Amino acid sequence: MKPFDYQRATDADSAISLVSGDPEARYIGGGTNLVDHMKLGIAEPGKLVDITRLPYDSVESLPDGRVRIGATVRNSDLAAEPVIRQRYPVLAQALLSGASGQLRNLATTGGNLLQRTRCSYFQDVTTPCNKREPGSGCSALEGWNRHHAVLGASERCVATHPSDMAVALAALDADVLVEGPDGQRTVPVTELHRLPGDEPERDTVLRHGELVTAVELPSLPFASRSRYRKVRDRASFAFALVSVAAAVELVEGTITDVRIALGGLAHKPWRATEAERVLRGAPATEETFRAAADAELAAARTLRDNEFKVPMTRNTLASVLRELTRQEGS
Amino acid sequence: MRLNLTVNGRAMTADDVWEGESLLYVLRERLGLPGSKNACEQGECGSCTVYLDRVPVCACLVAAGQAQDREVGTVEGLADGEELSTVQRAFIDEGAVQCGFCTPGLLVAADDLIERVPEPSDAEIREALAGNLCRCTGYEKIMAAVRTAAERSGGTSGSGSSAGGDRT
Ligand SMILES: Cc1cc2nc3c(=O)[nH]c(=O)nc-3n(C[C@H](O)[C@H](O)[C@H](O)COP(=O)(O)OP(=O)(O)OC[C@H]3O[C@@H](n4cnc5c(N)ncnc54)[C@H](O)[C@@H]3O)c2cc1C
Ligand code: SF4
Ligand code: FES
Ligand code: FES
Repeated sequence: MKPFDYQRATDADSAISLVSGDPEARYIGGGTNLVDHMKLGIAEPGKLVDITRLPYDSVESLPDGRVRIGATVRNSDLAAEPVIRQRYPVLAQALLSGASGQLRNLATTGGNLLQRTRCSYFQDVTTPCNKREPGSGCSALEGWNRHHAVLGASERCVATHPSDMAVALAALDADVLVEGPDGQRTVPVTELHRLPGDEPERDTVLRHGELVTAVELPSLPFASRSRYRKVRDRASFAFALVSVAAAVELVEGTITDVRIALGGLAHKPWRATEAERVLRGAPATEETFRAAADAELAAARTLRDNEFKVPMTRNTLASVLRELTRQEGS
Repeated sequence: MRLNLTVNGRAMTADDVWEGESLLYVLRERLGLPGSKNACEQGECGSCTVYLDRVPVCACLVAAGQAQDREVGTVEGLADGEELSTVQRAFIDEGAVQCGFCTPGLLVAADDLIERVPEPSDAEIREALAGNLCRCTGYEKIMAAVRTAAERSGGTSGSGSSAGGDRT
């Protein structure tokens, strides 16, 4: 590992100036992704600015019904938070489906959002990878690509975003609060991560030095009826092959409102707007669920090893919708 | 840097620590506490599990600098002198130890579970230990050991160890 300088930030302004003034500097939250990457030689920061002592470690219910989650709240604490379990079960379930207890106790909200792909070629510095080394080629395109993207990929990169939490946040229409050298801005979580296009090295729209300070959830009363379902190779402690986050509002058998995001399919948490369009105003029937899944997956392009993701997503989405609408009706 | 931290209730100092070393390295190589094991070094196996500020974490992914002024509890802190903790005793009695490489991490994870959930269901035990891999036992005897430890702690608070410190 390359030597680096480590500093513990005590206020946001100094953290931001420490990082934005130095192209080699990086923020560190729980470190579960960054420390791993430093060991693997994927990241070689010259300076680490620890942000876990900044005052962003609480979950607040705001007067207008929104909920603000500080960027350094640990994943395990967030999942245990009563307001999250009651009003946004999809988020608590997504968090608990990720990693292990020992990792969730370290991982932060900001770090989880900004974790990088688990593409095995990205993690192996001896193989070509456009994300790690722009222009070197994509080893996954013709290689082992069972875990890779079927939606929104490019010729340059077919990686998927690994976060479970981010999929739930995308379904919930969460906002990401960002502070940088030029002030604050708000980025919808659905616009935080990019599709790879010609620049797979850029995971998100954030600029160097921008600090995530919080995530805000909209009031969204019907999110109290929501679910996260993750399909993986073993029952626990594995990344998603496919995942579905959904919230449904049902009035007398008709779906009046719905939010769906899909994980494991794309370079970003995939908001299923086509499926939502089919479902909104439609009766909660098996036929509607299948039609919604088909509409969303019409654009899917599969690779050698990941064809299974399309039927798997169709079945998982239908099953989650069935469960949510059945529960609502009973 | 000079690293000050509390380990198993004692204030400790390590000098010439490079901030990028892992907490695991500091414990094993600088503080003479080789109980926590290093296997994958990537957060995948749990053999390095220690308490950090009273919650179990993978010490291999904690940069030493991040441990400054914090409270660490290791497997060495589970026993009270020669007196093994309830979880340790149960692992021996149930034959849950083979090569023993996974054991220190499992003991800390199990200690934490019983502290939080005095009467865990099998599903809760499995989930709590999901981050700890064992290549030898097939897990059945580990499950039995945790059940036994929970029973022996009488569903009261905790397993009798103080490595996790006092919790409110
Ligand atoms: C073995 C293993 C299994 C895992 N399984 C899963 C899983 O099943 N599902 C899942 O979703 N995840 C999984 N993870 C990933 C885990 O959730 C992430 O590593 C974790 O959430 C990252 O959070 P962190 O705080 O540790 O991030 P760090 O490692 O501290 O940071 C990650 C990145 O974010 C940047 N950063 C951190 N905080 C901020 C901020 N506030 N503002 C700006 N930049 C910031 C850092 O510079 C760095 O680039 C797994 C990880 C491991 C090691
Ligand atoms: S899919 Fe993306 S991350 Fe994986 S090898 Fe190709 S360019 Fe690299
Ligand atoms: S050595 Fe830390 S989890 Fe394997
Ligand atoms: S006893 Fe050998 S790894 Fe668990």
